[in-house]
Amino acid sequence: MNSMIVALIARRFLLTLLTLLIVSMIIFTITNLLPGDAAQQALGQAATPETLAALRLQFGLDQPAYLRFVHWLIGLAHGNFGQSLSNDMPVSDLIAGRLPKSLSLAAITTLVSVPIAISLGILAAVKRGSVLDRIVSLGTLSLVATPEFLIATFAVLIFAVKLHWLSALSYGGEIDSFDHFMRAYAMPVITLCCVIVAQMARMTRAAVIEQLGSSYVEMAVLKGASPARVVLLHALPNAIGPIANAVALSLSYLLGGVIIVETIYNYPGLARLMVDAVSNRDLPLVQACTLLFCLGYLILVLLADLCAILSNPRLRT
Amino acid sequence: MPYPDSPMPSSPSPAGGGSEPAPLAKRARRRAPSLSVSGWIGFAMVLAALFVAAFGPWLAPHAVGEIVTADVFAPFSAKLPLGSDYLGRDMLSRIMYGTRLTVLLALAAALFAATVGTGLGLLAAVAGKAVDETMSRVLDAVSSIPTKMFALMIVAAFGSSLMLLVLTAGISYTPGAYRIARSLAVNISQLEYVQVAKVRGENAIYICCVEILPNMLHPMLADLGLRFVFVVLLLSSLSFLGLGVQPPFADLGSLVRENIAGLGDGAPVVLMPAIAIAILTVGVNLLIDGLRGGKRLRVRRVVEV
Repeated sequence: MNSMIVALIARRFLLTLLTLLIVSMIIFTITNLLPGDAAQQALGQAATPETLAALRLQFGLDQPAYLRFVHWLIGLAHGNFGQSLSNDMPVSDLIAGRLPKSLSLAAITTLVSVPIAISLGILAAVKRGSVLDRIVSLGTLSLVATPEFLIATFAVLIFAVKLHWLSALSYGGEIDSFDHFMRAYAMPVITLCCVIVAQMARMTRAAVIEQLGSSYVEMAVLKGASPARVVLLHALPNAIGPIANAVALSLSYLLGGVIIVETIYNYPGLARLMVDAVSNRDLPLVQACTLLFCLGYLILVLLADLCAILSNPRLRT
Repeated sequence: MPYPDSPMPSSPSPAGGGSEPAPLAKRARRRAPSLSVSGWIGFAMVLAALFVAAFGPWLAPHAVGEIVTADVFAPFSAKLPLGSDYLGRDMLSRIMYGTRLTVLLALAAALFAATVGTGLGLLAAVAGKAVDETMSRVLDAVSSIPTKMFALMIVAAFGSSLMLLVLTAGISYTPGAYRIARSLAVNISQLEYVQVAKVRGENAIYICCVEILPNMLHPMLADLGLRFVFVVLLLSSLSFLGLGVQPPFADLGSLVRENIAGLGDGAPVVLMPAIAIAILTVGVNLLIDGLRGGKRLRVRRVVEV
């Protein structure tokens, strides 16, 4: 790894950190903008001026906004995310309970969807204009605009109610067998995959088509290379950057779309925690969850950029 | 909504992004848009949805809150074309009223996002480098927050009245519109006629409104259509979670939420509002894709492999 690559990667890291800082500022501002503060909310009807002042002192709300922001950041660095208003538990405990489940759902969805999507995209790009390509294009275009709850309710209606293959509710107890595993994960993963595969396939197809239109591919074909060799050895390595970008963006959609899926299937993940927090106006929890999701998104984007940097041989002199 | 905030290329060249857009010639405007089959299907779907949104209340067979039958989750029949909901109200009428609310809210939010995004993009293109950099950094950071999370956060902080929902959805999608508007404006501002205008001594507002903006309109209209689709999905998702449109108002997402209890009984009536949303969003998507396909500005030879 030469110094140019290291410099590029270091720059991307710093940029990500800067974005993270701005994001945390935005989150803090939005959740703390409204005049009715946490002390008022905690006391509700029982609020008198003395108790309000005492509680504010305890929450540290008497300090000016920027000081509170700095304290929040320092707390975050130490792993202290604050206290949940509705549960009266440390936010970090609540999150730690849900995070592994969200991550496992995301991991399984990624493992299933990425190979299918990339193969579909490449096939459609190679057979451009054929019936397969038209079906894939139209199908992905429609799926991408379909609301997730349509797919989810449709899946529940067919698989759970009519066919009785899978259960409508997802996570009933510990997983101790493959059958149990399938029952717990199959439906959420299917629903999530439908939309993600559609998006990733579209972008992969576009990226590969772009590469197939360039002159070096034409040269390779004229040289007599087989179609497989042209696609896999010549076009694909140049398409890795845009494809990695597409995969990262689609997976970041996972962070948002998983909310609907977790709600419909009652899956105990981080997104449902956030929805409950929003319903209860539990702002510390909302802050922490949003920050975590943003962190996930930024990490994905960083990985995509790193892929693009590392896959570019011009930088590896 | 799994769209990145940049135009998704269905053809190799992103429409209007990096190439020189043709100035609005009268000839071009009189030519009817050439649409593929899927484009016409999309057009039909959009037309149907807009028709229902506009004339729904007069066409609906029953009033929106009227309980028509004692049989909840009734299947399709002549009297109840789409069945009845969880209280015995006619689903068709509820969907007609709901479509109107969904379309109006989404249109307002999409227009907000497009207008503010275009304004900021123009500002970034003609103001100095410092303004451009700061705005781009901040709006990039805002777009790093997944849109549903961002909307949820705003709802948590401020609540969810109709006006707030429009603002929330609008603000969530402004960064995407800004990014496209800015890149278009920057590209156009480097063309000769804009340079000539600058040398002539025209002020920045004139350049923005007379030189740059009319040539950005076509791609921004396509982007407006896409924003509309995202906003419909976002607002429906919020309503589905119970955090969007509150009773007594009901948009299509709330209709899905209300009737989700019937899912266990296998009542197809639950799917109806969701299908209505899908008709709207998929239709707009197909239409925009069909329009874009006819406007390929560069023809690339794709080697047959």
